[in-house]
Amino acid sequence: MRPHVVGHTHNTGPLVGTTPIPEQGSALSGSGLVWPMRAVLTPARWVSTLLILAGASVLACALALRFGAEAFTFPEIARILSGSLSHTDDPTAGAASAILLQVRLPRVILAYLVGSCLAAVGVGLQALLRNPLADPYVLGISSGAALGAAVAALLGLSTTILAISTLPLFAMMGGLLSIFVIYRITMSYGRLPVHVLLLAGVILNAIFSALIMFITSIMEPTRSFGMMQWLMGSLTAPDYPVLAVLAIYLAAGAFLLFRQARPLNVLTLGDEPARSLGVDAERVKKTVFFCSALLTGAVVSVSGMIGFVGMVVPHAVRMVIGPDHRLLLPASALVGGTYLVAADTLARVLLAPGEIPVGIITALAGGPFFIYLLVNRKSGVAQ
Amino acid sequence: MERRFQNGAHAYVVRGVSFSYGGHRADATRDLVWALRDLSCDIREGEVFGIIGPNGSGKSSLLKVLGRILQPAAGGLELFGQDLRGMRQDAVARAVALVPQDTLQVFPFTIAEVVLMGRFPHHQARWSLGALGWETEEDLRLAKAAMADLDIAHLAHRSIGDVSGGERQRAIIARALTQQPRVLLLDEPTAFLDLNHQIEICRTLRRLNETRGLTVVLVSHDLNLASQYCDRLMLLKEGRPFRIGTPDELIRPDTLEAVYGCAVLIDRHPASGLPRVTLPGRETRLPSPSPEGRGVR
Repeated sequence: MRPHVVGHTHNTGPLVGTTPIPEQGSALSGSGLVWPMRAVLTPARWVSTLLILAGASVLACALALRFGAEAFTFPEIARILSGSLSHTDDPTAGAASAILLQVRLPRVILAYLVGSCLAAVGVGLQALLRNPLADPYVLGISSGAALGAAVAALLGLSTTILAISTLPLFAMMGGLLSIFVIYRITMSYGRLPVHVLLLAGVILNAIFSALIMFITSIMEPTRSFGMMQWLMGSLTAPDYPVLAVLAIYLAAGAFLLFRQARPLNVLTLGDEPARSLGVDAERVKKTVFFCSALLTGAVVSVSGMIGFVGMVVPHAVRMVIGPDHRLLLPASALVGGTYLVAADTLARVLLAPGEIPVGIITALAGGPFFIYLLVNRKSGVAQ
Repeated sequence: MERRFQNGAHAYVVRGVSFSYGGHRADATRDLVWALRDLSCDIREGEVFGIIGPNGSGKSSLLKVLGRILQPAAGGLELFGQDLRGMRQDAVARAVALVPQDTLQVFPFTIAEVVLMGRFPHHQARWSLGALGWETEEDLRLAKAAMADLDIAHLAHRSIGDVSGGERQRAIIARALTQQPRVLLLDEPTAFLDLNHQIEICRTLRRLNETRGLTVVLVSHDLNLASQYCDRLMLLKEGRPFRIGTPDELIRPDTLEAVYGCAVLIDRHPASGLPRVTLPGRETRLPSPSPEGRGVR
């Protein structure tokens, strides 16, 4: 090229090149444009999806009540439930009623609550860390919460205030400790690469497990056996007051989390783009991290370590209904509850009358799925 | 060049802005590396303003300061006469839209959903109905118009991860337009695009500037692109403006060599007559300085 030869060409024509480029979009800029199906979430799709999932939840709970070491028929279940509601004492239903109302029903409710919460926490963490592999169990938040609960149990710190147990609060503090560590690591990386995320979780899990094992080893043998059972993830018949307390913690956490649905959508673009769209990124992050610790703490303090629900469920739900958190959060909660109720029914039925800790079932189902996602690095799952 | 500036009003007035990435640590003993030092400039309403300069000269930092993503350590910053520091983040987002260099989206949001996110600053979630906040007719209309404007309406239902880089970039610009901003900030809008898409994006920006009076501030490594499409340029060197002026005043061999530290060839664009930069080839012998200053060295 010989630039100094070219000189001036005083051309007032188009700014670029010599080929005219057709005006962009002029033919399309009318208002007669129709949205293709499922391009955006509509209230109608929101309502219908949640109704279907709620129906599936009811069905799963009904089946879970029916099957077990003692099988019932649906008419029996209906009779016992309605009898207990109207307080009419039916002497013929004695033992059956006790099994259903004192053992199976609370267990199904607990499984549902725990599953919903773990799934909702998974959705929140995945959005914040911008990583579909995030899960309270994998990240070591569950083990942090378990450590908090174990320390409180060992030192006898847990009390009740206004009939509400404070054990979930200690578990929550343990969960917060894990989240604080993850948060600091995230800060130093910007967006957390998947291997760093997983390593952080592995290391946190290793540290907390060691501390929990230490606590177990210095406990009396009878208590340490109960502790081991709890750690493996168990949903064994809680009493109704425990359920009510759990429900209070969960309702508070889920409400706070759900309010962040729209900001979470924007936050998945990254911190800086989100801030340029007017999202108070730091506040949303802190709220969601806090809710995650609260929900995980409450769940772990009652049911121990139940893994992978928070990763498997949001992932599967997102594949079907899309990533909009306004629908993804409640839908994942409904599916998470259903999933854990189903897993727990399997745990009760497979070796009946004995039972398998439900954490083993979810780990056996979720672990391979996790590996599958890790190997199949498509669609930005791992980067 | 035609003057479209409205009464010489200013979109931005920047006075003595300094910024350091280590600044928040408040470590007085450490020597901070300043990304921007004592920078002042005015950006007029309705102009296309280009920020150019070598790597690490503070271009992107300045853009983020203008978008209030980063907070300057010192100095004053006015957006349409209002102190930027006193504004709420969502108020800024209603006046200024930022198009980042590349958007990595891990989750399969559709193009339509991404574009609609531009409406976020316009309706804050109310306490009563939690976070639902459904899109209004107005939101949908604006998003459709922006998508038609950028020729991505047919991609509305496609996942943002499944489209090409050019289509993704156009979706992000459509999102920025859906914000209904008065100022559009763009960080390397053409960095990952092929020739055809580069021209397309630049023409679109120019058209939006001319038809809507949108003030456009863009950061670019591409001196030719900046020269062709910007009304005025600011050449940054080590966090300070080396020179501010029209492409004719800035794109000169002596100026560029002083900032970039290498000699370049400059001639005229055959169609527009604006300055054009060429890198010296392997065998090019650099000619002696010409009296008009259009030669090299």
